[in-house]
Amino acid sequence: MKQIISLIQAGIVFGTVILFGATGETLTEKSGNLNLGVPGIMYLGGIAGLIGVFFYEMNTPVPNKLVCIAIALLCAFIVSMLGGLLFSLLTITLRANQNVTGLTLTIFAGGFANFFGGSLNKLAGGVGQISVAVTSAAFRTTIPGLSNALGSIGQILFSYGFMVYLAIAIAVALAWYINNTSVGLNLRAVGENPATADAAGIHVTKYKYLATCIGAGISGLGGLYYVMDYMKGTWDSDGGIERLGWLAVALVIFSSWKPKRGIWGSYLFGVLSWLYFYLPGLTRRSMELFKMLPYLVTVIVLIVVSLRHSRDNQPPTSLGLPYFREER
Amino acid sequence: METQKSIKLVCITKTFGEVTANDAVCLEIHAGEILSLLGENGSGKTTLMNVLSGIYAPDGGNIFVNGNKVTIRSPKDAFALGIGMIHQHFKLVDVLTAAENIVLGLNENKLVDLKNVRIRVKEICDRYGFVVDPDRKVFDMSVSEKQTLEIVKVIYRGADILILDEPTAVLTPQETDKLFAVMRNMKADGKAIVIITHKLHEVMEISDRVAVLRRGKYIGDIPTGDTNPQELTDMMVGRAVSLNIDRTEPQNLTERVTVRNLTVRDIDGVKRLDNISFTAYGGEILGIAGITGSGQKELLEAIAGLQNIEPGASITYLPREGKQVELVGKTPQDIKNLGVALAFVPEDRLGMGLVGNMDVSDNMMLKSYRSGKSVFTDRKTPRELAQQVVESLEVMTPSLSTPVRRLSGGNVQKVLVGREIAGNPALLMTAYAVRGLDINTSYTIYRLLNEQKMRGTAVVYVGEDLDALLELCDRILVLCAGKVSGIVEGRTAKKEEVGLLMTHLGEGAKA
Amino acid sequence: MTKQKKEPLVRISKRTSGLPTWKAWGIRVAALAASLVVCALVIYAIVKMNPLKVYGAMFEGAFGTNKRIWVTIRDTMMLLCIAIGLAPAFKMRFWNIGAEGQILVGGIASAACMIYLSKTVTTLPLMLLMLALSIVAGAIWGFIPGLFKAKWNTNETLFTLMMNYIAIQMCAYFVALWENPFGSNTVGVINPQTRIGWFPKLLGQDYMLNVIIVLTLTVGMFIYLRYSKQGYEIAVVGESENTARYAAINVRKVIMRTMAISGAVCGIAGFLAVSGASHTISVSTAGGRGFTAIIVAWLAKFNTFVMILISALLIFLDKGSIEIASRYNLSNHVSNMLTGIILFFILGSEFFINYQVKFHHGSKREARA
Repeated sequence: MKQIISLIQAGIVFGTVILFGATGETLTEKSGNLNLGVPGIMYLGGIAGLIGVFFYEMNTPVPNKLVCIAIALLCAFIVSMLGGLLFSLLTITLRANQNVTGLTLTIFAGGFANFFGGSLNKLAGGVGQISVAVTSAAFRTTIPGLSNALGSIGQILFSYGFMVYLAIAIAVALAWYINNTSVGLNLRAVGENPATADAAGIHVTKYKYLATCIGAGISGLGGLYYVMDYMKGTWDSDGGIERLGWLAVALVIFSSWKPKRGIWGSYLFGVLSWLYFYLPGLTRRSMELFKMLPYLVTVIVLIVVSLRHSRDNQPPTSLGLPYFREER
Repeated sequence: METQKSIKLVCITKTFGEVTANDAVCLEIHAGEILSLLGENGSGKTTLMNVLSGIYAPDGGNIFVNGNKVTIRSPKDAFALGIGMIHQHFKLVDVLTAAENIVLGLNENKLVDLKNVRIRVKEICDRYGFVVDPDRKVFDMSVSEKQTLEIVKVIYRGADILILDEPTAVLTPQETDKLFAVMRNMKADGKAIVIITHKLHEVMEISDRVAVLRRGKYIGDIPTGDTNPQELTDMMVGRAVSLNIDRTEPQNLTERVTVRNLTVRDIDGVKRLDNISFTAYGGEILGIAGITGSGQKELLEAIAGLQNIEPGASITYLPREGKQVELVGKTPQDIKNLGVALAFVPEDRLGMGLVGNMDVSDNMMLKSYRSGKSVFTDRKTPRELAQQVVESLEVMTPSLSTPVRRLSGGNVQKVLVGREIAGNPALLMTAYAVRGLDINTSYTIYRLLNEQKMRGTAVVYVGEDLDALLELCDRILVLCAGKVSGIVEGRTAKKEEVGLLMTHLGEGAKA
Repeated sequence: MTKQKKEPLVRISKRTSGLPTWKAWGIRVAALAASLVVCALVIYAIVKMNPLKVYGAMFEGAFGTNKRIWVTIRDTMMLLCIAIGLAPAFKMRFWNIGAEGQILVGGIASAACMIYLSKTVTTLPLMLLMLALSIVAGAIWGFIPGLFKAKWNTNETLFTLMMNYIAIQMCAYFVALWENPFGSNTVGVINPQTRIGWFPKLLGQDYMLNVIIVLTLTVGMFIYLRYSKQGYEIAVVGESENTARYAAINVRKVIMRTMAISGAVCGIAGFLAVSGASHTISVSTAGGRGFTAIIVAWLAKFNTFVMILISALLIFLDKGSIEIASRYNLSNHVSNMLTGIILFFILGSEFFINYQVKFHHGSKREARA
């Protein structure tokens, strides 16, 4: 029992990283932009938040927890949006290929983040690894009382920092926004059929830019959560964010571009990622094979999706295609 | 609001490159009237209405609404003036519901208030007799439901001048009756309606007035009550123009391709070809006439192995020498391997017949690159062929290594036809071989087809210009809505006769 | 069409007649130069190194000693090899993001031969066997997503991407299996004394064989794509599947065959990495080069000779920036950052090659990068 609770908790932590990434990418893809730079953007979010609070903590004798959180969130969101802006500029305005641009963004941002993650402390004159203990503690503060009071249910539901609930809230809010507002409706039309949207008087370029940039901002929060919660305010150069970032891209397909479906999907991916650790009787070797699980499942999902042609589960029709009015 | 609206188009000219689609066309549209805009394919009807609805900017001429000169730059501008157009290709988002499509692009910064939309849609439906389920997704709708939705959408946005581009082309007779009923209701409600069509009986049935276009020019308008189909046909097709295409008597006719009971459905299950049977002979040019989209494309592609054919059909091919072969159920590779000397000039020249980003030389080997046992392509022969085609057909190209998509339409077609003829075909199929070409290039193409006929090739010529069909072809098969409505002799048939067969199923639709 | 009551300030239109080749390359070179300046400024901003000296130091890092020159050449060949492998897939417009995995399985096959057969098989047959098995392993890894794409149009971008991680975990399994010394969680250098399965020295150089193999592939792939019947089929399928069917090309077969070839060449890259470079295997044997190579192949427009230049440039940048990072005791990852900057510039510059930008006010001049 304890093992299962622990597995679920670990799964929800990873799942939350994936969920932020996937929710942001869902918003982006709804506008017809396929941004393969999600892992890079999550790197950007993680490192920007880390750098922001690093300087705050370094220069403040007694850092205020709320200020820490605010700085981290703001830095992560803004820098991730800049990543999205760069992608938008290249693909929408300069009409570069979306796949190549996304991959380049991942290479660039991975380099950027890992460079500063590994060197920042030295650049700032310190020794050893970068670490922001106060902020990390703030991020990992659970709701007092609840996580212990309700036994195992409480442990499964309430033993996390606020970002876990924020991720759910954003996913639910996005689902509502897309389905219930005029802007959401227009956005769907842009991703489905930009020529029709254009003829209906919708500013296609504006929608694409905004969806891509805000989507990037949301994705970036996943990187921040990974750094502040899972890494406890330190940097890891092993590519953990990148792995989860790619799973986030895959989750968008898994959830059929429905943010709410992404919530349980991401937790499932999170649990699959940790299953090897909790299955009894595995050797160190066979554990490595079991770590394949989330990727194998993704492949199977891709195949099943391609076999089944349900009209409700299809990607936005113009996903990945550029739109220029003059070339219709 | 209830002022009687009128629109006046004065001397509208619109050109696309060298083609003049509208040549100083004038037209008046009145409230409370159904106007038919009649003309053959390519006579400029749709272009003219696209100018009015803000899709195209005219090169010359003026538009007046209630006597005031207006400039229409976009569909939005047109809507603001109460002009709404229902295009042949519906502008709907498939995955959205009817109601969502209706409010698309309206009221940013608001919640989607589908409740109110439903109420207003119901009002519109009740008023004119539409049936629209606001919560149905577009991809679940039939073509006629989509069309209804487009009309409701346009009315919802306040249009009182509705333009319908060939609305009945996709409808069954029952659906057409329903559409006409609501059109009459709208007319009674004071709306102006323009219906673009080339079906005479519909013109007679629904409209109050007919305006006729021919080859981009305005021919005239006439109250429907004062005219008859014969007169309208004359106005539409004009006097037979003599093109002076040489036509030799067919000699040594030999059976080449016999099609029996050919039926083809598209991915939506709609019959594009319905039980087609005919024979094409070596040594003649068989013309295929019909309104665009009557199944011409599917017919040629079915013979070329590019369509899924319904069971029960047979397409037998008899080569110049040797045994006959069955083509149904064969892939293009099979057909090639069977040694069928088939040449095909498809309608979509750069999307199917040629590779736009390759040069003339590389395009020459598209169908012949396999020849020889070497793993490498033979570059010399196609290059020589390219040289020869460029010289003999006077293809204007900067060099043999220029990508063909950079060439003009006529030169692209010369490259394509040149390649297909070079393969010594026993069967040559062409789809709209002279579309968009200038006169000289067209004559080059006619000459090449005649040469093929004289060397015993069976030539199938799908065309849209009746004058050319009548002067070029030995026999003309007329398609109407996927069926053979008649086969006529090219030398004796009258233009009007073919025109009527195109729009009605002939009485004696014998194969 | 929407709210353009005013004349828009700039008008963008597709160039109808292509830009002359020299102008196109002029734009690319200008973009490259601009990106190099930006890179120097970035380095200056981080370490306050005189921007003018940055490239001197980088040159030192890439070509400073004989050994460095050869390592630079070796790594260029590796990147080039992967890009060559990707070229046919991309020419067919098939998004093979799975080079990482295809390299790894090739590397695993090679390493397995070195470990299990070093006592039983003599050198030359062993080398040939390693080559053959790495080709087969890579081909299978490429064929699987190709098969699903051909039959059911399964999304190849994510499929190949996930195949990377499956290969990584397989590799992690074998690393644990072959661990040496026990507990290190690395394989260590394989056959360090006997050097069995290592590339032999040729002309006195450790990496000459790498050069020979990859340059052979460069020429071979160039010829394959440009002059072979299969290469022609790849081009037609990539341009238009409709035209391919019209020309009686079996599209499915071409997709599957091309992906097997693409994977096979990436498998050879794995063989190079294990047998010809590191003589060991780890989960980072591919090390992200499979992604960089995608962009090399794309920017070179599938011309394998242009890929040599781009690979060399990126490896120079890589080695040079690592040199600077190590001088200041900073993270090696700076090289990916600079690579990204350069690629952004080159990607952006393509716009000015394909489109014409006209300004409405003032003289109607064409904008250049």
